[in-house]
Amino acid sequence: MRGTLSDRMGAALLMAPLLLFLVLAYAWPFLGVVKWSFTLPTPGLGQYQALLTDDLVQSVFIRTLRIAAIVTVVSVAAAYAITVVWVRGSPAQRLIAEFCILVPFWISVLTRAFGWVALLSNRGLINTWLQSIGFISEPLALVRNEFGVIVGMTHFLIPFAVFPLASAMRSLDERVLLAARGLGSSRMRTFWTVFVPMTRSGIIGSAMIVFVFSLGFFVTPAILGGGRSVMIAELIYLRIFQSPDWGLGAAISVVLVVFVGALMALLFRHVKPKHLV
Amino acid sequence: MPTYRPGPVSLILAVLVALFLLLPLLAVIPVSLTPSRMLAMPTGELSLRHYRSLIEDPRWLQSILLSVRIGVVSSAISTVLALCFSLGVWMFQPRFTATLVGFVLLPMVVPPVVSAVTLYFLLTSISRVSSFFGYDTWLGVAMAHSVMTVPFATVLILVSLSQLDRRIDLAARGLGASVWERATRVIMPNIKFGIVTAALLSFVLSWEEIGVTLFITSVNAITLPRLMWMGLRDNIDPAIAALSVILIIITVLVLAVRSFVVRLRRGIEPL
Repeated sequence: MRGTLSDRMGAALLMAPLLLFLVLAYAWPFLGVVKWSFTLPTPGLGQYQALLTDDLVQSVFIRTLRIAAIVTVVSVAAAYAITVVWVRGSPAQRLIAEFCILVPFWISVLTRAFGWVALLSNRGLINTWLQSIGFISEPLALVRNEFGVIVGMTHFLIPFAVFPLASAMRSLDERVLLAARGLGSSRMRTFWTVFVPMTRSGIIGSAMIVFVFSLGFFVTPAILGGGRSVMIAELIYLRIFQSPDWGLGAAISVVLVVFVGALMALLFRHVKPKHLV
Repeated sequence: MPTYRPGPVSLILAVLVALFLLLPLLAVIPVSLTPSRMLAMPTGELSLRHYRSLIEDPRWLQSILLSVRIGVVSSAISTVLALCFSLGVWMFQPRFTATLVGFVLLPMVVPPVVSAVTLYFLLTSISRVSSFFGYDTWLGVAMAHSVMTVPFATVLILVSLSQLDRRIDLAARGLGASVWERATRVIMPNIKFGIVTAALLSFVLSWEEIGVTLFITSVNAITLPRLMWMGLRDNIDPAIAALSVILIIITVLVLAVRSFVVRLRRGIEPL
């Protein structure tokens, strides 16, 4: 049945258009970017050497890793709290939790970043309110710094962190929890010593997804960082459009892909892909 | 039905997270009603001037129409390509399927900024030969969006194919149906929900795409997110707040209707 000539022709005819499209419109230009990184402005490994020596590039890499780490910890913890209710709450609680997760998920990243500007800026909701009750006299600096970037990114990434956690929590056998309670374990103790360890694969998966997403994040840091807390993605943009240095922009892109690829390989050794969605 | 319910501490923490998630969406409402020309909280008087400027300023309407056109074209391209590819995978189960599917999913996994640089390279290269299809043209943007959305469309169609009973295809084959008849009259009618979802998701992803669009447009192909971006970077235009409120309301309505329909289909009493 399988492998006759006409079958192979049929498969090839159906699969070829998309494969051809992605080879021409994605794989080939990506090789072009790799070529840029080795040839612009002069052929050689100069751009990669610059990556290791340039202070600005180094500080951006370190800032990106730091922000990504903080965002990962906060997002996974927050996502855990709401996922518990989404998966195990009463029907009404579950409906409300689902609404709170899915509405932000479907709203564009720009609208969400703008919402944080409206809340956190000098003339925004929080500063206006704190000043009107006389708690502060000068507005607090809540955006155009790393704090704003971390808040905005955490907000964006919580829904993504929820899905692997929900999948892990749905698949665990709740009789174990009842057994622990029946044997006299307190609610707290059951949660920390039985429930959390049993969702470990979900925690790892969700942390990896959030971390990988944070590394290449562009829009939220650019809006909420206001140019003062530049991350890798914005640095690539600046190198390509503001100080035309395509070689360096391309080299940073290549390094980012290699780094993310290595992280993903590590992830798939520990978590099965089906646990990620 | 879980019988082990979250306790009071879990509930309080979840409420805090829920507030955090909803707060920025609610914050745009008062800003959109400010009478001021700049971003500010309304003090006393409310005004609809920013909603009016959405209608009166032709740039908003133009960019909305452009975004719709790009969304429709790129969604059509990515749905058709994804459908053919998935049918090939499902009907013929060729060797190297896992590798080929992995390749197709790359634009979804690679950091968007790297895809953006890649598509910038592609479109600037095309621009050297053709001026209506390349950097900063609507066709170029539509093609770039197809690259970015096709993995999502493929995943959705492959998932709905995986739930299809192979025996109906075997029966059609045994009765002498050609490949074309099997695909169009047996398989596709059974996965039409998946195909429509793939097309809708591709449209939505293109409609709100900004990361790649920023790299491949400058002054001509100003999509709606691109126009919002320009208003957000320079001095913040409260018209964006008005637009955001409208987009949020549409999202909430669509999700409410969807959840209502899903509940009806499952036979649960809709709330």
